[in-house]
Amino acid sequence: MKKTIITVVGKDTVGIIAKVCTYLAENNVNILDISQTIVQGFFNMMMVADATQSPKSGDQIAEELEAVGREIGVVIRCQHEDIFNMMHRI
Amino acid sequence: MINLFEVNETNKMITQENLDVRTITLGISLLDCITDDLNRLNENIYRKITTVASRLVATGEEIEKEYGVPIVNKRISVTPIALVGGSACRSSEDFVTIARTLDRAATEVGVNFLGGYSALVSKGMTKADERLIRSIPEALAQTERVCSSVNVGSTKCGIDMDAVRLLGEVILETAELTKERDSLGCAKLVVFCNAPDDNPFMAGAFHGVTEADAVINVGVSGPGVVKHALSEVRGANFETLCETIKKTAFKVTRVGQLVAQEASARLGIPFGIIDLSLAPTPAIGDSVADILCEIGLEHAGAPGTTAALALLNDQVKKGGVMASSYVGGLSGAFIPVSEDQGMIDAVRAGALTLEKLEAMTCVCSVGLDMIAIPGDTKASTISGIIADEMAIGMVNQKTTAVRLIPVIGKGVGETVEFGGLLGYAPIMPVNQFSCDAFVGRRGRIPAPIHSFKN
Repeated sequence: MKKTIITVVGKDTVGIIAKVCTYLAENNVNILDISQTIVQGFFNMMMVADATQSPKSGDQIAEELEAVGREIGVVIRCQHEDIFNMMHRI
Repeated sequence: MINLFEVNETNKMITQENLDVRTITLGISLLDCITDDLNRLNENIYRKITTVASRLVATGEEIEKEYGVPIVNKRISVTPIALVGGSACRSSEDFVTIARTLDRAATEVGVNFLGGYSALVSKGMTKADERLIRSIPEALAQTERVCSSVNVGSTKCGIDMDAVRLLGEVILETAELTKERDSLGCAKLVVFCNAPDDNPFMAGAFHGVTEADAVINVGVSGPGVVKHALSEVRGANFETLCETIKKTAFKVTRVGQLVAQEASARLGIPFGIIDLSLAPTPAIGDSVADILCEIGLEHAGAPGTTAALALLNDQVKKGGVMASSYVGGLSGAFIPVSEDQGMIDAVRAGALTLEKLEAMTCVCSVGLDMIAIPGDTKASTISGIIADEMAIGMVNQKTTAVRLIPVIGKGVGETVEFGGLLGYAPIMPVNQFSCDAFVGRRGRIPAPIHSFKN
């Protein structure tokens, strides 16, 4: 199964995860794993998700999540896991 | 499982250190378009390019969004046009019609450059080759996206000095015909020795005759990433320095490999090669010269530059080779002047001269690249500079190239602005002593002794 990595970086505020999760639920994207840290007030989250059941394509989800991020003032990137696997695993 | 640290490292490379895939270049063979009727030839070429490349740009954009890595350029290279047009083109004007067709096809499919308005004449010119070379000034003046290259030498064949002499004149004429735009035409013309068949980078890309019908070649980049990695090991010994470059080159190349595989699968076109070049852009922090400074030079061009560049070039290859299943093209560090802010600064500071650049080309790809020289430089002097650079390639069994821009109406110290990825450049002084009698000799320089390997 091909997974999607969603990262959220920005100033910490109320409801960031809620917003992202709401979008994912609405678009039938299943969350497999979440890790999160806050460094000097900066919110840093990574989600591993399965978007294979979503009616939307990978690039469409990436664009829409980026827009969600702009609304709440954080940067959201949604990328195919292979870019990280290729770079960090032989 | 991938962790947060690794994800952040990759994304920092992309967002802060200018990591990108510089180009997906689709090589298309035009050999099956050949006919002796010029109109039909033009139609065949237009149809083949617009059919094979119809989804190139859209596919590139899809991959870009899905993986979150910028793919800066989508481009096309075609079979050298001197071969394709040899039967149908009875004059240089006939060849120019093909250039216009290529330009139209490039515009239609949305690529910013199309390479292959080329001739391969390392041992001698056919009539068609000569007609094409003589048509280059008009072709580049009348088109926006067409790039031209001429291979005038090789380790196996020596150097065709008749072509070198002719190209000195052709470069000046191209400059003259595009003088309204700071002689921009010359930025799209490369003279090669040992030109590779699968180079994805412009302006020198063409689809060699040894290649399949269509092929995907990818050029990676990442000078900013290497510079950043080196800034973390400042003052360390050479072993650490080299290991750091290797590891970084590996990571950068893996991204290129991924994009190449994806593009190949989605377009249904075989994957050719990854070109491991460190290609700079005029953006701040995307500079090969900055890496040289990080290695320990005050400016590119200072004593030690050639050694530092040799080391850099070698480590990039060592790191990149294992990251890709097929490596080819030019693969090395590029040192264009106008496309690299650090190089521009070095020229302005007086640290970098044409002669030092020539020395640097002995140890890296590719050659004297994007160098603006005074518009009143003699054709024979340009030919002399080309001959020197070709000799370096021939003897060292490597690719070398010359892309000089004699800027009509401007002199040393003035600046020329090309815009976009081509950047801007201070005009550099050229040695004023004559080589007329040398360049004026007819014939060719024989292949060097170490080319006889059979």
